[in-house]
Amino acid sequence: MTSRGPAAYLQDTVLTTRVGSVLRWARKNSLWPMPFGTACCAIELMATMASRFDLARFGSEVLRFSPRQSDLMIVAGRVSIKMMPVLIQIWEQMPEPKWSIAMGACASCGGVFDTYTLIQGVDRFIPVDVYVPGCPPRPEQLIDGILKVQKFIEEGKQEASARGAPRQRPLWATTRQV
Amino acid sequence: MPDATQTALIQKLSAKIGGHLLATATGPDMAILTAKPDSVYALLRTLRDDLDLKFGYLIDLTAVDYLNFPERYAGRFAVVYHLHSFTLSDRIRVQVFLPAESPALASAADLWGNAAWLEREVFDLYGIRFTGHPDLRRILMPDDYPGHPLRKDYPLRGRGERERFDQVTT
Ligand code: SF4
Repeated sequence: MTSRGPAAYLQDTVLTTRVGSVLRWARKNSLWPMPFGTACCAIELMATMASRFDLARFGSEVLRFSPRQSDLMIVAGRVSIKMMPVLIQIWEQMPEPKWSIAMGACASCGGVFDTYTLIQGVDRFIPVDVYVPGCPPRPEQLIDGILKVQKFIEEGKQEASARGAPRQRPLWATTRQV
Repeated sequence: MPDATQTALIQKLSAKIGGHLLATATGPDMAILTAKPDSVYALLRTLRDDLDLKFGYLIDLTAVDYLNFPERYAGRFAVVYHLHSFTLSDRIRVQVFLPAESPALASAADLWGNAAWLEREVFDLYGIRFTGHPDLRRILMPDDYPGHPLRKDYPLRGRGERERFDQVTT
């Protein structure tokens, strides 16, 4: 240091950046998922978390079962009409900023279950950032979805909930105790 | 259970409760009793309490909708009880046929505790009412759900979320 002077030393050791991008960098690498696992896709979600695929490599290993501590909702499985108010309530309890992934055909569009009891895609009731297709999606696909969310965060792209994506709900979902 | 054993059991049962029965038959797995709808409660109580029988365990209580079934039965719906006796180490099936119009049957909830929830399920999905049930509410579908989806005339598609919540779907 002494030979090259303080200015050169600072250039070598100090990184100049913006607060925003540091925040985004930290946020993107510490997504805490809320597992809303209601059916078979949740098994694949567990596989993604387990040692072979090891989502910890991407900083998302801390599955939080309290919505207040998580910022990424992974809807893995079918959601029935009776479950939908619960889904909405858990989503609204998550602090912002928050992102959501619809994992699998059922969560994205109802899948093959166009029946009397299942909702035809969670995006009708909560905003969805990334859809992961498949029945069930392989862990690699889910990891790709999470990496897409990370990319959105890095680029500073607004999350779906802030863009005012559909948040409609039937009247009884707001009035009923769940 | 071989046919001979089933026949012996049916003979034994007919002697005790023949008055409550419309028909008996042997089945591939267990003996089948067809009961009169009016006296099914008395029949079940005898099956449970008679010291020679002691069918103390209700394995299952469910229903069948025979609408458009090729064979004709005594009614559109059948409520089916599966009973197990630890004394005889034997099982029987009791079925009761009910008409298509406002089907109703006496509740067995005070004979076997688990019948309470099973009858709620049958009520929820088939619309069969159980008189004397302590708490006959829907158990699987939402409380405000219209219709009984396991009836055979319930459409496979067309009464789901899209149709019921058209104000929120796109
Ligand atoms: S998409 Fe397939 S694997 Fe996933 S919940 Fe639906 S049926 Fe199950």
